[in-house]
Amino acid sequence: MKTTLWFGLALLAIASMGAAQDMPMFRWENFTTVNGLPDNHVYSVLVDGNRIWAGTDNGLGLLENGKWKVFRPDPQAKEQSLAHQAVLSLALDKNTGDVWAGTMGGLSRISAGRIDTYTQLNSGLSNDIVYGVSVQGDDVWTATAAGASRLNTRTGQWSLYNAFNTPMFEIWTYGVSAAADKVYYAVWGGGLLEYDQKTERWKDYNDPDGETEMVLMKDQGLIHEITTSVSYVDKIVWVATYFGASRYDGRYWHNFLQKDSGLPSNFLNQIKGVDADRAWFSTDKGLAYFDGTNWAVYRPALGAHKPELYVTDEAGKNKKEIPVQTAPSHNYILGVDFQGDDLWVATGHGLSHGIRQKSSAVVAKK
Amino acid sequence: MAASESKLEASISRVCRGREQGLSNAIFVKVLRAVAVLMLTLLAIAAKPAPHQSGAMVKERYLSPLEIAVSPDGRLLYVVCGDSDEVRIVEADSGKVLGNVAVGHVPRGIVLSPDARRAYVTNAWSDTVSVIDLAARQVIQTLHTGFEPTGVVVDRSGTTLYVANRLSSDVSVIDLGSGQEIKRLLAGRGASYLALSADGRSIYCTHIYPNAGPHRTQPNSEITVIDTATRRVVDRKPLHNVAGVFHAAASADGKLVAVAQLRPKNLIPLAHVEHGAVFGDSLTLFGEDVGDTAQIPIDELDRYYALPWGVVITPDKSKMFLTTAGSQSVTAIDTGRLLKTIRARRKSFANDLSASAEYVSARIPVGHNPRGLALSPDGRRLYVANRLDDTLSVIDTKTEKVLSTIDLDGPRNIDALRRGERLFYTAEFSFQGQFGCSNCHIDATIDGLEWDLEPDGFGKDIVDNRSLENLAGTEPFKWNGGNPDMPTECGPRTEKFFFRSQSFTQQQLTDVVTFVYSLPYRPNRYRLANGEMTAAQERGKVIFERTTTKKGSAIAEANQCGYCHSGPKYTNQRQIDVGTGKDTDRSPVIDVPQLPNVAYSAPYLHDGSAKSLEEIWTIYNPKDTHGVTNDLTKDELNDLIEYLKTL
Repeated sequence: MKTTLWFGLALLAIASMGAAQDMPMFRWENFTTVNGLPDNHVYSVLVDGNRIWAGTDNGLGLLENGKWKVFRPDPQAKEQSLAHQAVLSLALDKNTGDVWAGTMGGLSRISAGRIDTYTQLNSGLSNDIVYGVSVQGDDVWTATAAGASRLNTRTGQWSLYNAFNTPMFEIWTYGVSAAADKVYYAVWGGGLLEYDQKTERWKDYNDPDGETEMVLMKDQGLIHEITTSVSYVDKIVWVATYFGASRYDGRYWHNFLQKDSGLPSNFLNQIKGVDADRAWFSTDKGLAYFDGTNWAVYRPALGAHKPELYVTDEAGKNKKEIPVQTAPSHNYILGVDFQGDDLWVATGHGLSHGIRQKSSAVVAKK
Repeated sequence: MAASESKLEASISRVCRGREQGLSNAIFVKVLRAVAVLMLTLLAIAAKPAPHQSGAMVKERYLSPLEIAVSPDGRLLYVVCGDSDEVRIVEADSGKVLGNVAVGHVPRGIVLSPDARRAYVTNAWSDTVSVIDLAARQVIQTLHTGFEPTGVVVDRSGTTLYVANRLSSDVSVIDLGSGQEIKRLLAGRGASYLALSADGRSIYCTHIYPNAGPHRTQPNSEITVIDTATRRVVDRKPLHNVAGVFHAAASADGKLVAVAQLRPKNLIPLAHVEHGAVFGDSLTLFGEDVGDTAQIPIDELDRYYALPWGVVITPDKSKMFLTTAGSQSVTAIDTGRLLKTIRARRKSFANDLSASAEYVSARIPVGHNPRGLALSPDGRRLYVANRLDDTLSVIDTKTEKVLSTIDLDGPRNIDALRRGERLFYTAEFSFQGQFGCSNCHIDATIDGLEWDLEPDGFGKDIVDNRSLENLAGTEPFKWNGGNPDMPTECGPRTEKFFFRSQSFTQQQLTDVVTFVYSLPYRPNRYRLANGEMTAAQERGKVIFERTTTKKGSAIAEANQCGYCHSGPKYTNQRQIDVGTGKDTDRSPVIDVPQLPNVAYSAPYLHDGSAKSLEEIWTIYNPKDTHGVTNDLTKDELNDLIEYLKTL
């Protein structure tokens, strides 16, 4: 009896240590214009099975079978071409395989090679600057410089959401994450907006500290009004701002700041939740991963540019450097997407492929 | 009467000129009203409807067989009858009609399940598929689809149904286990016909309208390729210079696919009918046998075979048969000789009409408006649906002769409507049989093209193809309103200008007019079933009917939406300059178009320059001359469009 009890306790201890302390390690392969990327400034990345889409400042790149294909606007095209060369956002319709690209000049649908483009002139799209796009069922939700738009692809109907019909006191929407029950918008300067698919009602979430950059009431609401990205997964909302990040479970908020977490910076371009506990943070000072307990940061070291990986505990303490040979191509991270255990990362200078390694970085014990 | 019409035209012209010369609005409106009363009176006389319109004539319920499916044992034929909303079951050998199964409204397509226990029939105007238990001969289930379902195929496992939706331009993917539509795949515009590859891995979708493209460029369509394993679109084979694509057929060995299509020549003035510069009737071929897509003509140098529509390939691939719906015939093609020609010529020869002599083996006369066709399992018999005869032609594929004609027991009386419809669909009146009304008005709708009709130089007076739905009360016709009534529109103008050939007799003209005036509205998919409007539609209606701008300024009566677009058809039947004329137009004065079902008839404006409803106002109304819209927010413009779609 005693033997069984000890064995069980030992197993539990090993299991909990392993779960909390092992952080993923990657071998990074980087793409720039030298090896076919359309432009080095990569705004967005999308994994579509074995195909990788990269939205850059000068064209949409498609990496397939090791080769890049580039899509750009073509005024001479007999049929429609990409809305604009600057591709800010990408979304995959997992049902149909169609890819939606939000650009600086409208929204494009890429379907088996054909491109249909929607602009504020030829369609009901609210504005041609499409910062974010997300697909849920038959609906394509876009975050634009003039509010939110929803296109029902079955009926062709556009619905616009802005200051007239939502609590959106700023209409500069930056990011959108749509699911079957809720749709969330990151409104730059206007906090977080929630759309309930069932009741068709909107609700806003704002920084309890108002529009100041002070954090007087941490974990009592959204960390800041200037939101840039939102990711809704497993009923959890992850929000990125220029002044920290937030996690909201429908009742409680938890905020992440550089000073008391493993975030390398409070300036976030994107956030992407893996599940309710884990998320990736795209900051101006590297790519951060939080596994619910500990943090890891992947980047070329600031200044030295030497590949760097370090892990910390939840509070950003007990920092441990892990020797690595490779890193994402730049520390200015704009977005990530997942390919199984691998990562694809959009940066200010190139696209990076993080190939998951069997070994893992062990966090130093507190 | 002709003199009266000329005077009327002159009056209108003077009124319009008066407006240009600065007559006050009040005087202008009074004069215009007076002219309108006179005009309506005259037109009511000139365009006196055929008897059926007044309800005096009982409309025959013709069958209009459109498609045929053959049972695996070759014993039974299942015939989709588009006008009687049924499937007729015919014994192939005897030609005896064994029974019928009532389905939804305007059935268009049929496919049998792999085990031949079920038939799936698309109902174009019900937006459904009727599932027929073939043993019980009754509908056992109704499946929901997109807008105007037409072509249909089932995958080899019998678990997934694919339906091409003509108006929503997509393909419904339906799980037959649950009966639920699980997704819609983006197809080309006017998705209509589907064919399953020999190995069952691919589905080819064709389209009766061209895809949207830049104004005044050659039309392009596509063959949408769907992978049945992933149930996704995996390829789009471009069809250049093509608009109006119909059936596709795949050979049993999987190496050849044939697609029936039109090659319209809409960019050049219709002044070259005598040189064949209107339509090319052709096939696109692709597959291992031909490599990349190849377009081949089926016309001859001095004789055309209009509206290639249905196509089949015999099981041994030795022959292809093609219905030419406007020419009352079936074209037989020797596949071996065709492939030899393609390989020998290498370069495109779609416009070399001498080529057809190298591979066309026969032209087989059949009934009126032949459409769907099907082979017996052994490939020895070919069944052809003569849509406007209510018959099937049975052809011996070896001798390429008609063996017999099966009477489907339709009405015996051939009334004015049916006579008119036959005239509408035939190309026999045009020079060398090049084209008929239905070449441009495909299935009595539109073709999605802009045409350079007038012989006034290249690129002058470009006109968009207008809808034919419920035209009575929308006179005059033509975009400049030049034809005061339908007899003029369909009579001398068509005969002399379009067809360059013999005239309709007076009786024939009356019949054609009767048919055209009989065309109803298609169901409007944007109205709610309960008759109410959505909030956006309600808001749009308020904008449509407003008389003041958002700042409170009065909108001149003539610049209010409801002034020109008034009455039951949303046209005041006048000709007005709303600032949409182009430098290439002889006159900026445009006939006010009717608006019902406007959502279906893109592109827009008289010349088709607006690719979407939005562009009418976002691009082509900079000075608020086509209604006051520049004070609207984007939300409000969207609302207006949502309302317009309900009309």
